[in-house]
Amino acid sequence: MISYILNRIAWAVPMLFLVSVASFAVIQLPPGDFASAMVAEMRTQGDVVPEGTEERIRHEYGLDRPIYEQYVSWMGKIVLHGDFGTSLGFNQPVSNLIWDRLFLTVSISLASLILTWVIAIPIGVYAAARQYSFLDYFFTIFGFIGRGFPEFLSALILMWFAYSWFGMNVGGLFSPEMQNAPWSLAKVIDLANHLWIPLLVLASSGAAGLIRIVRANMLDELNKPYVETALSQGLTEWSVIWRYPVRVALNPFISTIGWALPALISGDVITSVVLNLPTTGPLLLKALQSQDMYLSGAFILILGAFTIIGTIVSDILLAISDPRIRYR
Amino acid sequence: MAGENPKPIIEIENLKVHFKMREGVVKAVDGVNLSLMPGEVLGVVGESGSGKSVTVRTIMQLLPKIASIADGKVLFNDNGTTTDIAKLAKNSRDMRALRGGKIGMIFQEPMTALSPVHTIGHQVMTPILLHTGLSKREAEQRAKETLDMVRLPRIEEMMRSYPHQLSGGMRQRAMIATALACRPKVLIADEPTTALDVTTEAQILDLLKELKRELGMSIVFITHNFGVVADIADRVSVMYLGNVVETGTTEDIFYDPRHPYTRALLNSIPRLGAEKQPRLNTIPGMIPDPYRLPAGCVFNPRCSAATDQLCRTTYPGITRINDHRMARCHRVAEAVATESIAP
Amino acid sequence: MTETTLNDMQDVETGTGREERVYQATPAQLMWWRFKRHKVAMLSGIILIAAYLIVALAEFVAPYDAFEANSRSTLQPPQAIHFFDEQGSFRGPFVYGFKRGRDPVTMRPIYVADTTKVIPINFFVRGQAYKFWGLFEGNLHLYGTTGPDRINLLGTDTLGRDMVSRLIHGGRISLSVGLIGVAVSFVLGITLGSISGYFGGITDNIVQRGMEFLRSIPTIPLWMGLAAALPITWDPLFVYFLVTLLLSLIGWTYVARTVRGRFLSIKNEDFVLAARFCGTSEAKIITRHMLPSMTSYIIAALTLAVPDMILGETALSFLGLGLRPPVVSWGVLLQDAQNLRTIAQAPWLLAPGAAIVIIVLAFNFLGDGLRDAADPYSK
Repeated sequence: MISYILNRIAWAVPMLFLVSVASFAVIQLPPGDFASAMVAEMRTQGDVVPEGTEERIRHEYGLDRPIYEQYVSWMGKIVLHGDFGTSLGFNQPVSNLIWDRLFLTVSISLASLILTWVIAIPIGVYAAARQYSFLDYFFTIFGFIGRGFPEFLSALILMWFAYSWFGMNVGGLFSPEMQNAPWSLAKVIDLANHLWIPLLVLASSGAAGLIRIVRANMLDELNKPYVETALSQGLTEWSVIWRYPVRVALNPFISTIGWALPALISGDVITSVVLNLPTTGPLLLKALQSQDMYLSGAFILILGAFTIIGTIVSDILLAISDPRIRYR
Repeated sequence: MAGENPKPIIEIENLKVHFKMREGVVKAVDGVNLSLMPGEVLGVVGESGSGKSVTVRTIMQLLPKIASIADGKVLFNDNGTTTDIAKLAKNSRDMRALRGGKIGMIFQEPMTALSPVHTIGHQVMTPILLHTGLSKREAEQRAKETLDMVRLPRIEEMMRSYPHQLSGGMRQRAMIATALACRPKVLIADEPTTALDVTTEAQILDLLKELKRELGMSIVFITHNFGVVADIADRVSVMYLGNVVETGTTEDIFYDPRHPYTRALLNSIPRLGAEKQPRLNTIPGMIPDPYRLPAGCVFNPRCSAATDQLCRTTYPGITRINDHRMARCHRVAEAVATESIAP
Repeated sequence: MTETTLNDMQDVETGTGREERVYQATPAQLMWWRFKRHKVAMLSGIILIAAYLIVALAEFVAPYDAFEANSRSTLQPPQAIHFFDEQGSFRGPFVYGFKRGRDPVTMRPIYVADTTKVIPINFFVRGQAYKFWGLFEGNLHLYGTTGPDRINLLGTDTLGRDMVSRLIHGGRISLSVGLIGVAVSFVLGITLGSISGYFGGITDNIVQRGMEFLRSIPTIPLWMGLAAALPITWDPLFVYFLVTLLLSLIGWTYVARTVRGRFLSIKNEDFVLAARFCGTSEAKIITRHMLPSMTSYIIAALTLAVPDMILGETALSFLGLGLRPPVVSWGVLLQDAQNLRTIAQAPWLLAPGAAIVIIVLAFNFLGDGLRDAADPYSK
């Protein structure tokens, strides 16, 4: 067990390295860099930019050094000081900008993951145990339709419904008047009023797929001989289902947290842009559009690192829940 | 035994089980009569698809959802009270009390018939806690006794083991332990040795015989292997296409088979010391399509004795040859009739 | 017990004609018969064929090109097709013209159907000239109007451009992204998947880790990062190919996983062993024996991968990072619908969204149907 965990953690190290290289590569890809973009912007605003300004900016930010040196100094600062560099666009340290938003992204992703499970597991189990029942067909259709809707589209449509039917302006996490108010019950209620749309969007798109997976896994498991054995011992049908096949059927599922997480974060990024939530999505988009390399690099790096850590955690959870894996 | 004529512990009368498939109704079991005496081992033999598994599963009401009992009785006689299992609802309290309590069952694949995610101890304790009202500690004690009873080594370690850590034979012993944890009156064994190698098979058969003596239970033993039947069974019922074609003591069935199907089956077994044959004997023809059963005796298209119109038009009734023997065959009926007329 | 009945079915003598046909059918025929029973999958297949035909003939089917703006009919609502006029007399298919006014407060245009103005829909009309696929000159359109009045069956956008025409022209980009992306994923996925599954060991491990790595990165941020790197100044067509390439660089893992899984499961089948005992070369075993036995699975996996590509393109373009105007794709069209007020005022701008959902669902159903039909053990 311990060696299994250590093995998994050891695998994570090269993966994290690759993620950091990928993030850095993303930053480096655009032709031209921040310096040229800044100068171009100054010029469009009508400023007179003296010759050599571009070079001066480039030198100031260390953009003229070789790529690998830039990478090493970038990574070194992150690892040693938690310093992600300075956002060139916002003119302040990246770490000032990202943590609040990352916290929100991760909280929303985790909340919707939990909501996804709470919705999908009972429904999937029920649909399998009562195969071909009315509710089974109903949720099968729901699952299929859910597969067709990209998150941003369902977010748009939900927003439209909320706006045109309830007159709610649902963008953001708080109403404008509550934005800067101190925390109170009213503010919490206001938050809940805004939070349900992103949670519903993320959870329903996740649940649609998950119901199908749970149902298929359960159908496989329900046909296994050990279910008959348990029945032959005198257990009731539902206690058999919850005791045995659900546990086995959920295993592949625990192992998919690792993949669910990237999907959720992806979904969250784009949903947040649509819903204008103060999470990573809109800021990442802005950073990418303005080629704010340190900011966008930090986001991609951290989101990637989160998912790798999430994968490890799910692997370990899987090993705990399924004894067969531990001894492999 | 014949003199006392004790009441059978399980009596199946004219049992019919139908499967509703998309293509139509399959009569998987079509009028089966079986009885199990206290303390005996009844072997049920037949090819796959003969309905032997379905028949014994009705004793536990463990039928797939598409199956229903169309007709007949499954009587369970215990301490003077008789229960008709066929009348019990599938998931009723009474039915669950029988399952695992009075009637235990073991299955073909010990690998997959045990839960992969629970320890052996947990799985043996489950029926004990469910049926006996013992405390957890007492149940644990009982589970250990049961594991000892099925001759599993290193009991303490065994309680904590998972099925995938055991060998096939040990798994089957653990399986038997879960079925016997509540000391049932009847054990149903659905091809329990088919998946095992021959040496392990012999050990498991010996174990079952000993346990039968120790616990005084009856066993219904399903198999398609005549050798296994000869080893363990006191009486044998031979099934073909959803019906029992012949029942008799093991000796009678082996040395004096009356039904043409039983004869053909026995003929197809290669024997040591027998004259060398260029090929194995097989039964001509194939098992018919379950949706289009032949008219008359279902065996008539493959039967070497089927000659006259009767076999092709009329379904044969039960012919009692003596107290222990019956067969469903027009030819046997004719033979028995001439015997009784002749002096 | 279905197991025993299945056994029986296999043992059944080849008696009747129907059964004989089953025994003599080729695998492709069997697959086709099984597929035909999936009514939804059949319907999806028909929808997709129709959709691809329409976008292939976009210049002909659409009444206008994607950019024909009209400042006098901005944000005009969809027009219903009528056959009978107010008096109840049959006039053939026609639409009513609109009276345009302005909301006195918001100054937004308001349209009221003008029942006196009957605009007949004509078929095969000579209209706006186009260059079909950029090659042939033409001006024939499937439908349109002959007079000065325009027809906008799905309404118009903020610049008064016909939504039907934009939807069809945008579909050509969005739908082809899926096919090209899948073609690239297919090559990558098959090659790496079969190598990984066949050789196993270290090779397998490396490929597996690589796939795990690609999958562990949240796709949208990565795509965003890569797509943002594409300079705006590049040729739109080139950007389009790069975006497609980006999508398939990540999308191939799904195909590779399916292929690898199949390889692992048939690697030890008797027919592969038999081929090896005959001294067949490894390359030949893969290409001649193993790949053909899994074509159907690969086709199903590819079908299921297309919608991911389409959704990826749409999401990126929607965010403004993938394709950009003047290229029209469904994602680009949906950019217009980002603003809540615009949607509330002109919900028909969400039409590309409906198109996406229909196409993605159709691909999913078709893929499911193919996958079920490909399974030789399914009933």
